[in-house]
Amino acid sequence: MSLDKATVRSIAELARIEVAEDELDHLAGELSNILTFVEQLAQVDTEGVAPMTSVVAMSLPMREDAVTDGHQAEAVLANAPEAQDGFFTVPKVVE
Amino acid sequence: MRELTKLTIAEAGRRMAKGEFTAVELTRAHIAAMGAKKGLNAYITETPELALEQAKAADLRRQAGAVGALSGIPLGIKDLFCTKGVQTTAASRILEGFTPHYESTVSGKLLAAGAVTLGKLNLDEFAMGSSNMTSAYGAVENPWRSQADPGTALVPGGSSGGSAAAVAARIAMGATGTDTGGSIRQPAAFCGIVGIKPTYGRCSRWGIVAFASSLDQAGPMARTVEDCALMLNAMAGHDPKDSTSAPVAVPDFAAALTGDIRGLKVGIPAEYRPDGLSAEVAKVWQQGIAWLKDAGATPVEISLPHTKDALPTYYIVAPAEASSNLARYDGVRFGLRVPGTSLDDMYRKTRAAGFGKEVRRRILIGTYVLSAGYYDAYYAKAQKVRRLIADDFATAFETVDVILTPTAPTPAFAIGANTDDPVTMWLNDVFTIPTSLAGLPGLSLPAGLSADGLPLGLQLIGRPFDEETVFRVAGVMERAAGFAALPEGV
Repeated sequence: MSLDKATVRSIAELARIEVAEDELDHLAGELSNILTFVEQLAQVDTEGVAPMTSVVAMSLPMREDAVTDGHQAEAVLANAPEAQDGFFTVPKVVE
Repeated sequence: MRELTKLTIAEAGRRMAKGEFTAVELTRAHIAAMGAKKGLNAYITETPELALEQAKAADLRRQAGAVGALSGIPLGIKDLFCTKGVQTTAASRILEGFTPHYESTVSGKLLAAGAVTLGKLNLDEFAMGSSNMTSAYGAVENPWRSQADPGTALVPGGSSGGSAAAVAARIAMGATGTDTGGSIRQPAAFCGIVGIKPTYGRCSRWGIVAFASSLDQAGPMARTVEDCALMLNAMAGHDPKDSTSAPVAVPDFAAALTGDIRGLKVGIPAEYRPDGLSAEVAKVWQQGIAWLKDAGATPVEISLPHTKDALPTYYIVAPAEASSNLARYDGVRFGLRVPGTSLDDMYRKTRAAGFGKEVRRRILIGTYVLSAGYYDAYYAKAQKVRRLIADDFATAFETVDVILTPTAPTPAFAIGANTDDPVTMWLNDVFTIPTSLAGLPGLSLPAGLSADGLPLGLQLIGRPFDEETVFRVAGVMERAAGFAALPEGV
Protein backbone atom coordinates (compact mmCIF):
# COMPACT_ATOMS: atom_id res chain seq x y z
CA MET A 1 0.00 0.00 0.00
CA SER A 2 1.35 3.36 -0.98
CA LEU A 3 -0.10 6.31 0.91
CA ASP A 4 -0.31 9.75 -0.67
CA LYS A 5 -0.01 13.08 1.08
CA ALA A 6 -3.75 13.59 1.30
CA THR A 7 -4.23 10.24 3.06
CA VAL A 8 -1.48 11.02 5.57
CA ARG A 9 -3.09 14.40 6.19
CA SER A 10 -6.43 12.76 6.93
CA ILE A 11 -4.90 10.06 9.20
CA ALA A 12 -3.12 12.80 11.15
CA GLU A 13 -6.41 14.63 11.47
CA LEU A 14 -8.13 11.47 12.77
CA ALA A 15 -5.29 11.06 15.30
CA ARG A 16 -5.47 14.76 16.22
CA ILE A 17 -1.77 15.33 15.62
CA GLU A 18 -0.72 18.45 13.71
CA VAL A 19 1.75 17.56 10.96
CA ALA A 20 3.60 20.28 9.06
CA GLU A 21 2.96 20.36 5.31
CA ASP A 22 6.65 19.85 4.53
CA GLU A 23 6.72 16.62 6.61
CA LEU A 24 3.91 14.92 4.73
CA ASP A 25 6.02 13.54 1.87
CA HIS A 26 8.57 11.99 4.18
CA LEU A 27 5.88 10.53 6.44
CA ALA A 28 3.96 9.14 3.47
CA GLY A 29 7.11 7.27 2.40
CA GLU A 30 7.80 5.94 5.89
CA LEU A 31 4.24 4.82 6.56
CA SER A 32 3.99 3.21 3.11
CA ASN A 33 7.11 1.16 3.82
CA ILE A 34 5.64 -0.04 7.10
CA LEU A 35 2.34 -0.96 5.47
CA THR A 36 4.13 -2.84 2.70
CA PHE A 37 6.00 -4.74 5.42
CA VAL A 38 2.89 -5.73 7.37
CA GLU A 39 0.95 -6.61 4.21
CA GLN A 40 2.95 -9.83 3.88
CA LEU A 41 0.31 -11.22 6.24
CA ALA A 42 -2.10 -11.33 3.30
CA GLN A 43 -0.26 -14.50 2.21
CA VAL A 44 -1.08 -16.34 5.43
CA ASP A 45 -4.07 -18.65 5.13
CA THR A 46 -6.48 -17.69 7.91
CA GLU A 47 -9.58 -19.33 6.49
CA GLY A 48 -11.79 -20.40 9.40
CA VAL A 49 -9.46 -18.98 12.07
CA ALA A 50 -11.19 -17.06 14.83
CA PRO A 51 -9.55 -13.72 15.70
CA MET A 52 -7.60 -13.78 18.98
CA THR A 53 -8.70 -10.94 21.22
CA SER A 54 -7.17 -12.16 24.46
CA VAL A 55 -4.29 -14.49 25.21
CA VAL A 56 -5.81 -15.64 28.48
CA ALA A 57 -8.73 -18.01 28.20
CA MET A 58 -10.97 -16.32 30.73
CA SER A 59 -14.18 -14.36 30.77
CA LEU A 60 -14.29 -10.85 32.13
CA PRO A 61 -14.90 -10.87 35.86
CA MET A 62 -18.13 -9.43 37.21
CA ARG A 63 -18.43 -7.47 40.41
CA GLU A 64 -21.23 -5.94 42.38
CA ASP A 65 -22.43 -2.66 40.91
CA ALA A 66 -21.51 -0.60 43.95
CA VAL A 67 -19.66 2.64 44.56
CA THR A 68 -16.22 1.74 45.94
CA ASP A 69 -14.40 5.01 45.48
CA GLY A 70 -15.06 8.72 45.21
CA HIS A 71 -14.72 12.16 46.75
CA GLN A 72 -11.34 12.62 45.13
CA ALA A 73 -12.01 15.61 42.91
CA GLU A 74 -8.91 17.40 44.09
CA ALA A 75 -6.62 14.45 43.39
CA VAL A 76 -8.25 13.94 40.00
CA LEU A 77 -7.72 17.58 39.04
CA ALA A 78 -4.27 17.92 40.60
CA ASN A 79 -2.43 17.23 37.34
CA ALA A 80 -4.70 19.20 35.03
CA PRO A 81 -2.91 21.89 33.01
CA GLU A 82 -5.95 24.11 33.67
CA ALA A 83 -8.72 23.55 36.19
CA GLN A 84 -11.30 25.84 37.72
CA ASP A 85 -13.98 25.45 40.41
CA GLY A 86 -13.62 21.67 40.48
CA PHE A 87 -13.71 21.26 36.69
CA PHE A 88 -11.26 20.65 33.87
CA THR A 89 -11.28 23.61 31.52
CA VAL A 90 -10.97 23.49 27.74
CA PRO A 91 -11.10 26.13 24.99
CA LYS A 92 -14.63 27.36 24.30
CA VAL A 93 -16.61 24.77 22.28
CA VAL A 94 -20.05 26.42 22.10
CA GLU A 95 -20.46 29.83 20.49
CA MET B 1 31.04 0.61 50.22
CA ARG B 2 31.35 -0.20 46.53
CA GLU B 3 31.44 -3.88 47.43
CA LEU B 4 27.90 -3.61 48.79
CA THR B 5 26.56 -2.65 45.36
CA LYS B 6 28.01 -5.86 43.91
CA LEU B 7 25.95 -8.17 46.09
CA THR B 8 22.95 -10.06 44.80
CA ILE B 9 19.55 -9.36 46.33
CA ALA B 10 19.50 -12.79 47.98
CA GLU B 11 22.94 -12.31 49.52
CA ALA B 12 22.25 -8.75 50.69
CA GLY B 13 19.06 -9.99 52.35
CA ARG B 14 20.90 -12.78 54.16
CA ARG B 15 23.68 -10.48 55.34
CA MET B 16 21.31 -7.78 56.54
CA ALA B 17 19.45 -10.48 58.49
CA LYS B 18 22.73 -11.36 60.21
CA GLY B 19 23.26 -7.70 61.05
CA GLU B 20 26.41 -7.31 58.92
CA PHE B 21 25.17 -4.00 57.50
CA THR B 22 22.00 -1.95 57.46
CA ALA B 23 19.55 -0.98 54.73
CA VAL B 24 20.70 2.63 55.16
CA GLU B 25 24.32 1.61 54.48
CA LEU B 26 23.30 -0.44 51.48
CA THR B 27 21.18 2.42 50.14
CA ARG B 28 23.94 5.00 50.72
CA ALA B 29 26.35 2.81 48.75
CA HIS B 30 23.91 2.78 45.84
CA ILE B 31 23.27 6.52 45.97
CA ALA B 32 27.02 7.13 45.83
CA ALA B 33 27.37 4.75 42.88
CA MET B 34 24.50 6.50 41.10
CA GLY B 35 26.38 9.78 41.43
CA ALA B 36 29.47 8.24 39.85
CA LYS B 37 27.46 6.76 36.95
CA LYS B 38 25.36 9.76 35.97
CA GLY B 39 26.91 9.65 32.49
CA LEU B 40 24.87 6.54 31.67
CA ASN B 41 21.65 8.60 31.91
CA ALA B 42 19.92 5.54 33.37
CA TYR B 43 17.65 7.47 35.74
CA ILE B 44 15.19 10.17 34.68
CA THR B 45 14.35 11.04 38.29
CA GLU B 46 16.54 10.10 41.27
CA THR B 47 14.86 9.97 44.69
CA PRO B 48 17.74 9.63 47.19
CA GLU B 49 15.89 11.28 50.11
CA LEU B 50 12.88 9.03 49.65
CA ALA B 51 15.20 6.00 49.39
CA LEU B 52 16.96 6.84 52.65
CA GLU B 53 13.63 7.35 54.40
CA GLN B 54 12.45 3.94 53.17
CA ALA B 55 15.77 2.38 54.21
CA LYS B 56 15.51 3.83 57.72
CA ALA B 57 11.98 2.47 57.99
CA ALA B 58 13.22 -0.95 56.80
CA ASP B 59 15.94 -0.96 59.46
CA LEU B 60 13.42 -0.06 62.17
CA ARG B 61 11.05 -2.79 61.04
CA ARG B 62 13.92 -5.27 61.11
CA GLN B 63 14.71 -4.30 64.70
CA ALA B 64 11.06 -4.90 65.51
CA GLY B 65 11.25 -8.31 63.87
CA ALA B 66 8.94 -7.57 60.94
CA VAL B 67 10.82 -8.20 57.75
CA GLY B 68 9.43 -8.24 54.20
CA ALA B 69 10.97 -10.46 51.53
CA LEU B 70 12.80 -7.51 49.93
CA SER B 71 13.36 -5.53 53.09
CA GLY B 72 15.92 -2.79 52.57
CA ILE B 73 16.77 -3.83 48.99
CA PRO B 74 17.42 -0.78 46.75
CA LEU B 75 15.59 -1.09 43.43
CA GLY B 76 14.97 1.13 40.41
CA ILE B 77 11.49 1.58 38.96
CA LYS B 78 10.96 1.95 35.21
CA ASP B 79 9.41 5.36 34.64
CA LEU B 80 6.32 3.74 33.18
CA PHE B 81 5.02 2.74 36.63
CA CYS B 82 2.98 5.43 38.37
CA THR B 83 4.58 6.27 41.69
CA LYS B 84 2.70 8.28 44.29
CA GLY B 85 4.22 11.72 44.70
CA VAL B 86 7.08 11.06 42.26
CA GLN B 87 6.99 12.43 38.71
CA THR B 88 6.12 9.76 36.12
CA THR B 89 7.05 10.62 32.53
CA ALA B 90 6.95 7.49 30.32
CA ALA B 91 10.01 9.29 28.84
CA SER B 92 7.60 11.54 26.94
CA ARG B 93 7.30 15.32 26.85
CA ILE B 94 3.55 14.92 26.87
CA LEU B 95 3.61 13.70 30.50
CA GLU B 96 6.03 16.34 31.71
CA GLY B 97 5.31 17.29 35.31
CA PHE B 98 2.77 14.50 35.83
CA THR B 99 2.88 13.44 39.48
CA PRO B 100 0.50 10.56 40.20
CA HIS B 101 -1.67 10.58 43.29
CA TYR B 102 -1.57 6.80 43.40
CA GLU B 103 0.92 3.95 43.28
CA SER B 104 0.89 1.24 40.60
CA THR B 105 -0.06 -2.16 42.00
CA VAL B 106 3.31 -3.72 41.14
CA SER B 107 5.50 -0.95 42.58
CA GLY B 108 3.18 -0.84 45.60
CA LYS B 109 3.70 -4.57 46.16
CA LEU B 110 7.48 -4.10 46.04
CA LEU B 111 7.21 -1.31 48.62
CA ALA B 112 4.99 -3.54 50.78
CA ALA B 113 7.72 -6.20 50.62
CA GLY B 114 10.10 -3.65 52.12
CA ALA B 115 11.97 -2.52 48.98
CA VAL B 116 13.77 0.81 48.78
CA THR B 117 13.19 2.81 45.58
CA LEU B 118 16.18 4.74 44.22
CA GLY B 119 14.35 6.51 41.41
CA LYS B 120 12.62 6.29 38.05
CA LEU B 121 14.49 4.66 35.20
CA ASN B 122 14.81 5.87 31.63
CA LEU B 123 13.08 4.04 28.76
CA ASP B 124 12.03 4.45 25.16
CA GLU B 125 9.15 6.93 24.92
CA PHE B 126 5.97 5.09 26.01
CA ALA B 127 8.10 1.90 25.86
CA MET B 128 8.15 2.11 22.05
CA GLY B 129 11.63 1.18 20.95
CA SER B 130 14.45 -1.34 21.16
CA SER B 131 17.38 0.99 21.88
CA ASN B 132 16.25 3.56 24.46
CA MET B 133 17.03 6.15 21.77
CA THR B 134 13.43 7.38 21.50
CA SER B 135 13.38 8.76 25.08
CA ALA B 136 12.60 12.48 25.37
CA TYR B 137 15.15 12.46 28.20
CA GLY B 138 18.02 11.30 26.00
CA ALA B 139 19.63 7.99 25.14
CA VAL B 140 20.93 5.64 27.85
CA GLU B 141 24.45 4.27 27.57
CA ASN B 142 25.12 0.59 27.95
CA PRO B 143 27.81 0.16 30.65
CA TRP B 144 29.43 -2.45 28.36
CA ARG B 145 31.82 -1.39 25.59
CA SER B 146 33.05 -3.40 22.65
CA GLN B 147 36.72 -4.36 23.04
CA ALA B 148 37.16 -3.72 19.32
CA ASP B 149 35.82 -0.17 19.58
CA PRO B 150 35.93 0.99 23.21
CA GLY B 151 35.41 4.65 22.25
CA THR B 152 31.87 4.09 20.95
CA ALA B 153 28.91 4.16 23.34
CA LEU B 154 26.42 1.34 22.81
CA VAL B 155 22.68 1.16 23.38
CA PRO B 156 21.39 -0.80 26.40
CA GLY B 157 18.49 -2.09 24.28
CA GLY B 158 14.93 -1.12 24.98
CA SER B 159 12.49 -0.25 25.97
CA SER B 160 13.58 -1.05 29.55
CA GLY B 161 17.05 0.34 28.74
CA GLY B 162 17.52 2.40 31.89
CA SER B 163 16.49 -0.60 34.00
CA ALA B 164 18.99 -2.93 32.30
CA ALA B 165 21.84 -0.40 32.33
CA ALA B 166 21.28 0.44 36.03
CA VAL B 167 21.26 -3.20 37.12
CA ALA B 168 24.36 -4.00 35.02
CA ALA B 169 26.20 -0.90 36.27
CA ARG B 170 25.40 -1.81 39.90
CA ILE B 171 23.38 1.34 40.55
CA ALA B 172 20.30 -0.74 41.41
CA MET B 173 20.18 -4.31 42.76
CA GLY B 174 17.18 -5.00 40.60
CA ALA B 175 14.64 -3.06 38.60
CA THR B 176 11.13 -3.31 37.28
CA GLY B 177 10.68 -3.58 33.55
CA THR B 178 7.74 -3.93 31.23
CA ASP B 179 7.66 -6.06 28.12
CA THR B 180 5.28 -5.63 25.19
CA GLY B 181 7.37 -7.23 22.43
CA GLY B 182 10.72 -7.88 24.11
CA SER B 183 11.29 -4.79 26.25
CA ILE B 184 12.56 -6.74 29.26
CA ARG B 185 14.35 -9.58 27.50
CA GLN B 186 16.28 -7.75 24.74
CA PRO B 187 17.80 -5.10 27.09
CA ALA B 188 18.60 -7.84 29.63
CA ALA B 189 20.50 -9.65 26.87
CA PHE B 190 22.31 -6.48 25.73
CA CYS B 191 23.42 -5.63 29.28
CA GLY B 192 24.36 -9.11 30.52
CA ILE B 193 21.64 -9.46 33.16
CA VAL B 194 18.57 -11.67 33.76
CA GLY B 195 15.03 -10.53 32.99
CA ILE B 196 11.70 -12.33 32.80
CA LYS B 197 8.45 -11.34 31.15
CA PRO B 198 5.96 -13.46 33.07
CA THR B 199 2.78 -14.91 31.60
CA TYR B 200 0.30 -12.25 30.51
CA GLY B 201 -1.97 -11.70 33.51
CA ARG B 202 0.61 -12.76 36.12
CA CYS B 203 1.30 -9.16 37.22
CA SER B 204 -1.28 -6.42 37.46
CA ARG B 205 -1.11 -3.71 34.80
CA TRP B 206 -2.93 -1.24 37.06
CA GLY B 207 -1.01 2.02 37.30
CA ILE B 208 1.39 1.18 34.48
CA VAL B 209 1.23 3.67 31.59
CA ALA B 210 -0.45 1.62 28.85
CA PHE B 211 1.15 0.95 25.46
CA ALA B 212 -0.57 -2.15 23.97
CA SER B 213 -2.89 -3.56 26.59
CA SER B 214 -3.22 -7.10 25.20
CA LEU B 215 0.58 -7.47 25.31
CA ASP B 216 1.94 -5.28 28.15
CA GLN B 217 3.30 -7.20 31.12
CA ALA B 218 5.54 -6.16 34.01
CA GLY B 219 8.50 -8.22 35.14
CA PRO B 220 11.72 -8.14 37.15
CA MET B 221 15.27 -7.48 35.93
CA ALA B 222 18.20 -8.44 38.15
CA ARG B 223 21.66 -9.99 38.08
CA THR B 224 20.73 -13.57 38.92
CA VAL B 225 17.88 -15.96 38.23
CA GLU B 226 17.22 -16.28 41.96
CA ASP B 227 16.97 -12.49 42.37
CA CYS B 228 14.41 -12.34 39.55
CA ALA B 229 12.45 -15.11 41.26
CA LEU B 230 12.50 -13.23 44.58
CA MET B 231 11.32 -10.03 42.90
CA LEU B 232 8.58 -11.78 40.93
CA ASN B 233 7.33 -13.40 44.16
CA ALA B 234 6.62 -9.88 45.39
CA MET B 235 5.34 -8.41 42.10
CA ALA B 236 2.91 -11.13 40.97
CA GLY B 237 -0.65 -11.77 42.04
CA HIS B 238 -4.27 -11.17 41.20
CA ASP B 239 -5.51 -7.59 41.34
CA PRO B 240 -9.23 -6.84 41.08
CA LYS B 241 -8.31 -3.43 39.64
CA ASP B 242 -6.99 -5.09 36.44
CA SER B 243 -9.66 -7.23 34.79
CA THR B 244 -6.99 -9.12 32.80
CA SER B 245 -5.01 -9.98 35.92
CA ALA B 246 -5.25 -13.73 36.41
CA PRO B 247 -6.95 -15.05 39.56
CA VAL B 248 -4.37 -17.80 40.03
CA ALA B 249 -2.17 -18.61 42.99
CA VAL B 250 1.42 -17.37 43.00
CA PRO B 251 3.88 -20.19 43.72
CA ASP B 252 7.24 -19.57 45.41
CA PHE B 253 9.35 -19.03 42.29
CA ALA B 254 12.62 -19.19 44.21
CA ALA B 255 11.69 -22.65 45.49
CA ALA B 256 11.51 -23.81 41.87
CA LEU B 257 15.31 -23.49 41.57
CA THR B 258 15.96 -27.12 42.43
CA GLY B 259 18.85 -27.56 40.01
CA ASP B 260 17.30 -30.76 38.69
CA ILE B 261 16.14 -30.78 35.08
CA ARG B 262 16.67 -34.47 34.35
CA GLY B 263 14.12 -35.80 31.91
CA LEU B 264 12.88 -32.39 30.77
CA LYS B 265 12.29 -31.94 27.06
CA VAL B 266 13.64 -28.70 25.62
CA GLY B 267 12.29 -27.52 22.27
CA ILE B 268 14.73 -26.07 19.74
CA PRO B 269 12.72 -24.28 17.04
CA ALA B 270 14.14 -24.53 13.51
CA GLU B 271 12.60 -21.16 12.55
CA TYR B 272 14.84 -19.27 15.03
CA ARG B 273 17.85 -19.97 12.81
CA PRO B 274 17.29 -17.40 10.02
CA ASP B 275 19.96 -16.70 7.39
CA GLY B 276 21.04 -13.45 8.99
CA LEU B 277 21.67 -14.94 12.45
CA SER B 278 25.12 -13.93 13.72
CA ALA B 279 27.56 -16.84 13.98
CA GLU B 280 28.34 -15.86 17.57
CA VAL B 281 24.69 -16.00 18.57
CA ALA B 282 24.29 -19.36 16.85
CA LYS B 283 27.33 -20.66 18.72
CA VAL B 284 26.12 -19.59 22.16
CA TRP B 285 22.76 -21.19 21.38
CA GLN B 286 24.52 -24.50 20.59
CA GLN B 287 26.45 -24.13 23.83
CA GLY B 288 23.18 -23.67 25.70
CA ILE B 289 21.78 -26.85 24.20
CA ALA B 290 24.92 -28.72 25.28
CA TRP B 291 24.59 -27.45 28.87
CA LEU B 292 21.03 -28.71 29.06
CA LYS B 293 22.02 -32.11 27.67
CA ASP B 294 24.82 -32.37 30.23
CA ALA B 295 22.27 -31.69 32.96
CA GLY B 296 20.08 -34.56 31.80
CA ALA B 297 17.51 -32.73 29.66
CA THR B 298 16.65 -33.81 26.13
CA PRO B 299 16.74 -31.33 23.24
CA VAL B 300 13.90 -31.84 20.76
CA GLU B 301 13.77 -30.24 17.31
CA ILE B 302 10.44 -28.44 16.98
CA SER B 303 8.76 -26.24 14.39
CA LEU B 304 6.94 -22.97 15.02
CA PRO B 305 5.88 -22.39 11.41
CA HIS B 306 4.33 -18.93 11.85
CA THR B 307 7.41 -17.36 13.43
CA LYS B 308 8.08 -15.18 10.39
CA ASP B 309 4.55 -13.74 10.59
CA ALA B 310 4.98 -12.53 14.18
CA LEU B 311 6.73 -9.24 13.41
CA PRO B 312 4.16 -7.95 10.89
CA THR B 313 1.35 -9.13 13.19
CA TYR B 314 2.87 -7.25 16.11
CA TYR B 315 3.27 -4.08 14.06
CA ILE B 316 -0.45 -4.06 13.38
CA VAL B 317 -1.72 -5.12 16.82
CA ALA B 318 0.63 -3.00 18.95
CA PRO B 319 0.21 0.33 17.06
CA ALA B 320 -3.56 -0.21 16.86
CA GLU B 321 -3.80 -0.61 20.62
CA ALA B 322 -1.32 2.23 21.16
CA SER B 323 -3.32 4.64 19.03
CA SER B 324 -6.35 3.92 21.22
CA ASN B 325 -4.49 4.04 24.53
CA LEU B 326 -2.63 7.24 23.69
CA ALA B 327 -5.84 9.06 22.74
CA ARG B 328 -6.00 10.01 26.44
CA TYR B 329 -3.15 12.52 26.02
CA ASP B 330 -5.32 15.44 25.08
CA GLY B 331 -3.94 18.35 27.07
CA VAL B 332 -6.96 18.35 29.37
CA ARG B 333 -6.41 16.03 32.31
CA PHE B 334 -2.64 15.79 32.79
CA GLY B 335 0.68 16.69 31.27
CA LEU B 336 1.41 19.10 28.48
CA ARG B 337 -1.06 21.57 26.97
CA VAL B 338 -0.27 23.78 24.00
CA PRO B 339 -2.92 26.49 23.53
CA GLY B 340 -4.94 26.47 20.30
CA THR B 341 -7.70 28.44 18.64
CA SER B 342 -10.26 25.69 19.29
CA LEU B 343 -10.54 22.45 21.26
CA ASP B 344 -9.43 20.41 18.23
CA ASP B 345 -6.60 22.81 17.51
CA MET B 346 -5.45 22.50 21.13
CA TYR B 347 -5.49 18.69 20.81
CA ARG B 348 -3.53 18.77 17.54
CA LYS B 349 -0.88 21.19 18.77
CA THR B 350 -0.49 19.50 22.16
CA ARG B 351 -0.06 16.06 20.62
CA ALA B 352 2.32 17.37 17.91
CA ALA B 353 4.54 18.98 20.54
CA GLY B 354 4.26 16.18 23.09
CA PHE B 355 4.91 12.99 21.08
CA GLY B 356 8.27 12.04 19.61
CA LYS B 357 8.72 10.70 16.08
CA GLU B 358 8.50 6.95 16.82
CA VAL B 359 5.37 7.40 18.94
CA ARG B 360 3.78 9.59 16.26
CA ARG B 361 4.62 7.02 13.60
CA ARG B 362 2.97 4.22 15.59
CA ILE B 363 -0.13 6.27 16.41
CA LEU B 364 -0.57 7.09 12.71
CA ILE B 365 -0.13 3.45 11.65
CA GLY B 366 -2.54 2.36 14.36
CA THR B 367 -5.08 4.98 13.38
CA TYR B 368 -4.86 3.88 9.74
CA VAL B 369 -5.23 0.13 10.36
CA LEU B 370 -8.26 0.73 12.58
CA SER B 371 -9.92 3.21 10.23
CA ALA B 372 -13.12 2.46 8.36
CA GLY B 373 -12.55 0.23 5.35
CA TYR B 374 -9.16 -1.10 6.49
CA TYR B 375 -10.04 -2.75 9.81
CA ASP B 376 -10.67 -6.23 8.38
CA ALA B 377 -7.70 -6.19 6.02
CA TYR B 378 -5.23 -5.26 8.75
CA TYR B 379 -6.42 -5.55 12.33
CA ALA B 380 -8.82 -8.49 12.03
CA LYS B 381 -6.29 -10.30 9.83
CA ALA B 382 -3.52 -9.74 12.38
CA GLN B 383 -5.73 -11.08 15.17
CA LYS B 384 -6.27 -14.27 13.18
CA VAL B 385 -2.57 -14.73 12.49
CA ARG B 386 -1.93 -14.06 16.17
CA ARG B 387 -4.04 -17.11 16.99
CA LEU B 388 -2.00 -19.24 14.55
CA ILE B 389 1.20 -18.08 16.27
CA ALA B 390 -0.23 -18.96 19.70
CA ASP B 391 -1.43 -22.33 18.36
CA ASP B 392 2.13 -23.11 17.14
CA PHE B 393 3.37 -22.79 20.72
CA ALA B 394 0.45 -24.78 22.14
CA THR B 395 1.23 -27.63 19.74
CA ALA B 396 4.94 -27.51 20.61
CA PHE B 397 4.16 -27.63 24.33
CA GLU B 398 2.31 -30.91 23.81
CA THR B 399 5.75 -32.50 23.38
CA VAL B 400 8.24 -30.20 25.12
CA ASP B 401 8.40 -28.58 28.57
CA VAL B 402 10.31 -25.46 27.67
CA ILE B 403 11.77 -23.83 24.55
CA LEU B 404 15.31 -22.47 24.16
CA THR B 405 16.16 -19.73 21.62
CA PRO B 406 18.53 -16.79 21.33
CA THR B 407 17.10 -13.58 22.86
CA ALA B 408 18.23 -11.16 20.14
CA PRO B 409 19.86 -11.66 16.72
CA THR B 410 22.92 -9.51 17.58
CA PRO B 411 24.76 -8.08 20.60
CA ALA B 412 24.31 -4.38 21.53
CA PHE B 413 24.85 -1.89 18.70
CA ALA B 414 26.13 1.70 18.68
CA ILE B 415 23.98 4.62 19.80
CA GLY B 416 22.70 6.20 16.59
CA ALA B 417 22.80 2.99 14.52
CA ASN B 418 19.73 1.35 12.95
CA THR B 419 17.78 4.60 12.85
CA ASP B 420 17.39 5.04 9.08
CA ASP B 421 14.61 2.52 8.67
CA PRO B 422 12.13 1.71 11.46
CA VAL B 423 11.60 -1.83 10.17
CA THR B 424 15.33 -2.65 10.53
CA MET B 425 15.21 -1.50 14.15
CA TRP B 426 12.15 -3.65 14.75
CA LEU B 427 14.08 -6.79 13.69
CA ASN B 428 15.79 -6.69 17.10
CA ASP B 429 12.66 -8.17 18.57
CA VAL B 430 12.19 -10.98 16.05
CA PHE B 431 12.85 -13.69 18.70
CA THR B 432 10.90 -12.09 21.53
CA ILE B 433 7.73 -10.91 19.79
CA PRO B 434 6.18 -14.37 19.14
CA THR B 435 6.25 -15.12 22.89
CA SER B 436 4.54 -11.79 23.61
CA LEU B 437 1.81 -12.41 21.05
CA ALA B 438 1.14 -15.81 22.63
CA GLY B 439 1.21 -14.34 26.18
CA LEU B 440 3.83 -16.87 27.35
CA PRO B 441 6.54 -16.40 29.99
CA GLY B 442 9.99 -15.67 28.52
CA LEU B 443 13.25 -15.26 30.39
CA SER B 444 16.59 -13.99 29.09
CA LEU B 445 19.83 -14.87 30.81
CA PRO B 446 23.44 -14.02 29.94
CA ALA B 447 25.08 -17.04 28.34
CA GLY B 448 28.41 -15.77 27.09
CA LEU B 449 30.36 -12.99 25.43
CA SER B 450 30.82 -12.09 21.78
CA ALA B 451 34.34 -11.96 20.32
CA ASP B 452 34.28 -8.22 21.11
CA GLY B 453 33.42 -8.90 24.75
CA LEU B 454 29.72 -8.05 24.63
CA PRO B 455 27.06 -10.08 26.48
CA LEU B 456 24.86 -12.51 24.55
CA GLY B 457 21.55 -13.73 25.93
CA LEU B 458 19.52 -16.90 25.60
CA GLN B 459 15.76 -17.02 25.98
CA LEU B 460 13.71 -19.70 27.72
CA ILE B 461 10.00 -19.82 26.90
CA GLY B 462 7.49 -21.69 29.07
CA ARG B 463 3.88 -22.82 29.14
CA PRO B 464 1.31 -20.30 30.37
CA PHE B 465 1.70 -19.77 34.15
CA ASP B 466 4.61 -22.20 34.29
CA GLU B 467 7.32 -19.69 35.18
CA GLU B 468 8.56 -22.32 37.66
CA THR B 469 9.91 -24.59 34.91
CA VAL B 470 11.45 -21.57 33.17
CA PHE B 471 13.19 -20.54 36.41
CA ARG B 472 14.31 -24.11 37.11
CA VAL B 473 15.95 -24.49 33.69
CA ALA B 474 17.38 -20.95 33.85
CA GLY B 475 18.99 -21.75 37.19
CA VAL B 476 20.75 -24.78 35.70
CA MET B 477 21.92 -22.80 32.66
CA GLU B 478 23.13 -19.93 34.83
CA ARG B 479 25.34 -22.29 36.80
CA ALA B 480 26.68 -23.91 33.63
CA ALA B 481 27.36 -20.54 31.99
CA GLY B 482 29.17 -19.17 35.04
CA PHE B 483 28.80 -15.70 33.57
CA ALA B 484 31.12 -13.57 35.71
CA ALA B 485 32.25 -10.86 33.28
CA LEU B 486 31.69 -7.28 34.40
CA PRO B 487 31.13 -4.13 32.37
CA GLU B 488 33.63 -1.30 32.40
CA GLY B 489 34.18 0.49 35.71
CA VAL B 490 32.18 -1.91 37.86
